[in-house]
Amino acid sequence: MDKKQLGDFVKSLEPNAEVKEGKQYAEITIPPSGLHSLAKKLRESEEALFDYLISITGVDYGKELGATYHLNSTIHGHIIVIKVKTPDRENPVLDSVTDIWASAEFLEREVYDLLGIRFNNHPDLRRLFLDSSWGYPLRKDYVDDINIVTK
Amino acid sequence: MEEIVRDTIIGEQEEYVINMGPQHPSTHGVLRLVVSLKGEIVKNVQPHVGYIHRGIEKMCETITYPQIIHLTDRMDYFSANINNEAVALCVEKALEVEIPDRIKVIRTIVSELTRIQSHQLFWASFGMDLGGLTCFFYGLRDREKILDIFEETTGGRMINSYNCPGGLMYDIHPNFQKRTREFIKYFRKVLPEYDSILTGNVIFRERTAGIGHLSLQDAISFGITGPTGRASGFSCDIRKHEPYSAYDRVKFNEVLYNEGDTYHRYLARVEEMRESMNIIDQLIDNIPEGPFAVKMKPVIKLPEGEYFQRVETARGELDVFIISDGNKNPYRIKFRSPNFVNLGVLNHVSRDFKIADLVAISGSLDLVIPDIDR
Repeated sequence: MDKKQLGDFVKSLEPNAEVKEGKQYAEITIPPSGLHSLAKKLRESEEALFDYLISITGVDYGKELGATYHLNSTIHGHIIVIKVKTPDRENPVLDSVTDIWASAEFLEREVYDLLGIRFNNHPDLRRLFLDSSWGYPLRKDYVDDINIVTK
Repeated sequence: MEEIVRDTIIGEQEEYVINMGPQHPSTHGVLRLVVSLKGEIVKNVQPHVGYIHRGIEKMCETITYPQIIHLTDRMDYFSANINNEAVALCVEKALEVEIPDRIKVIRTIVSELTRIQSHQLFWASFGMDLGGLTCFFYGLRDREKILDIFEETTGGRMINSYNCPGGLMYDIHPNFQKRTREFIKYFRKVLPEYDSILTGNVIFRERTAGIGHLSLQDAISFGITGPTGRASGFSCDIRKHEPYSAYDRVKFNEVLYNEGDTYHRYLARVEEMRESMNIIDQLIDNIPEGPFAVKMKPVIKLPEGEYFQRVETARGELDVFIISDGNKNPYRIKFRSPNFVNLGVLNHVSRDFKIADLVAISGSLDLVIPDIDR
């Protein structure tokens, strides 16, 4: 399916999803509550069959924290982008997709480590690269004490 | 008659935990594996990473796009040229710059040379992990020849920083074509030696065949790309599926196996060296004339938006995801590095095998630690 068809398809699955045709791929914005059910439908439906989770990118949008999922279908070859944003910066929580794609376990741990977004139902949510005493370095309000990195 | 009392083996009754690494010869870097054992059988492997985490993604948010090139070299330093290419292609895609053929062809040749030297190093160190020291000398001997070619053209042996947004840093050295042709001719002759030392070796096959099986379904679910995924039958070669640079004009086969064991992960890499030589053969004689770089603005600013570029490094799919807010440095840059995702499967594939097999299995995943840590 091309990006327009994919957008319409997602709209039929999840009416409260916001569909935008990006330059490269169809971009879907979905509230955190709808993420897991949409991901499950996209993985299981015959027409879409997104069986390969390419990457999860945690992003700090300033007021909101979010994650961007790139999905690929190895059968049909199409790619879709799913974005989730949560306004809660103090205690950001998203639903884990580890039960749908096994690769999410490591990718979500990375997002948690660097942005502090927690994932519900993740089997083993621990810090990955950094010690638990560190802050979350990829957040824009992160202050680097040693001051190596300044903009 | 006295009853024979069998000696109890320590740890056979209950699981015990040992640390493998962070300094261990077979992890090729600072990776710590916490291994739970029952007797000699591996029950659980927990990788601990981050010993050389440098925060490259964070650093990239404060520097310009041409500067980012130099940091990508330091991720997977055996695929340095391909990492550079990924960022260069992503920036060019965002700016909609048309790249002349000469640059595309040279990039492809250099990337394939990079792939060969990376697989040579894999072959060398994998043999050494399994106890064949000869491989190490043979592999490094041949790899030096490629590094010499790189040194002449790019000025660096491993850290090249040769591709940059808009083209190449410098034109190729006058000797480049001649020496590459000589190398291909030489390596075609030598590659059968590799097979006779390791591929056909009985001890080697006993150690690897049927060990660490990864099914196609699991390979896709774990997102395992590169030769590791293709050994399980996962057709994931970005060069085929989303051709970039000059890959759309060359003929080559995607190396696919269905077995998915350690032996076929090894075999996939040896076969890929042959395919890479075929690609270079098709391009080296007719590099088009033209400029080696497109004139870019002194300060590169990407238009606001999101850009995603996939490339195939020697170890799998590397994706560069840039979110730009219109400034000279990215708002957020993400490197989906192949080794980081591939590490996630280690526990799954090595469970219920012996601890000696863990060395073979982690060797066959061909992990490069700086690419995991970033």
